[in-house]
Amino acid sequence: MTMLSPGFADPVLDSQATFRAVLEAMSRPGRVLAAGGGLAPPAPLGRAAAAVLLSLADADTPLWLDAGAAVQAWLRFHCGAPIVADPAQAVFALAVGEPPALAALAQGSEEEPQRGATLVLQVTALTEGEGWRLTGPGIAEEHRLHVAGAPEGFLAAWAANRAAFPCGVDVVLCAGDRLAALPRTVTIAEG
Amino acid sequence: MTDTEDRRRWMAVLARATADEIADLLAALPPLPPHERLRAPETGLVMVRGRAGGDGAAFNLGEMTVTRCAVRLGDVVGHAYVAGRDKRQAELAALLDAALQDPARRPALMAKVIAPLAARQQAKHEAEARKAAATRVDFFAMQTTR
Repeated sequence: MTMLSPGFADPVLDSQATFRAVLEAMSRPGRVLAAGGGLAPPAPLGRAAAAVLLSLADADTPLWLDAGAAVQAWLRFHCGAPIVADPAQAVFALAVGEPPALAALAQGSEEEPQRGATLVLQVTALTEGEGWRLTGPGIAEEHRLHVAGAPEGFLAAWAANRAAFPCGVDVVLCAGDRLAALPRTVTIAEG
Repeated sequence: MTDTEDRRRWMAVLARATADEIADLLAALPPLPPHERLRAPETGLVMVRGRAGGDGAAFNLGEMTVTRCAVRLGDVVGHAYVAGRDKRQAELAALLDAALQDPARRPALMAKVIAPLAARQQAKHEAEARKAAATRVDFFAMQTTR
């Protein structure tokens, strides 16, 4: 058996705090928030990504991930989420490397757009005030977010994802203990 | 890997013991090294399901209060699910489950903790069965004596 490490020190309060951070990040796209400070998840999983999954994933949310056996065992123990091999069946997808194509994830339907998947994408760093120009609901004029280590061709895939509104995929970007969200309503232009 | 049958047996014995019983027996042994809580003891409900006649359609019998805990001792993980809301019992049971998976510790713990607990539970079960048997009503006998 692999070495398991503990999850949240206080499961109720810590997951509420993380939920609050994700809610804030989703309603203010591109804003960078802290999450998962006290966690020690197995590599290559970052603290923020771990906190997001511990708070949101459970036995009812199939999870797709590319982070290896140790992370899989850790998430299975602490969240109890079923692990699926096909990204299209996942409610949450965790990508620490090259993510699956956004179009390959669950998109929801016109009647039930909320069934679109959420991609937790781990990147190198998140910086506000430079880089991409974000516009859309929750942003007064524009918000600038620099994402170091974003996958190649992400902006083109995002434009296609945006075009399918109300269907589509939401993304939570995580780097270390910081996170920012890209709900499907946001429009991204190159900086 | 530990023999599943053995593990099932000691988990059952620990789940039926009280925290004080386990702690008293453990106190007589050399102390175990410190453990890490992977999942602190937490109380919740589980739905107990049954089948009419053993093979009928499944139905929900009712909910039951259960406390669970998982600890790590070295690189072994011990689990416990116990009825009720005694968090100390759940943690002690999980700790012992981890310790019992270590072949070096198992013989002493089996002899000094699990065996006495099992004997006590067996004796209690038999005493209750005897008490119940003493009040048994033989309906056939009543018919004939009337």
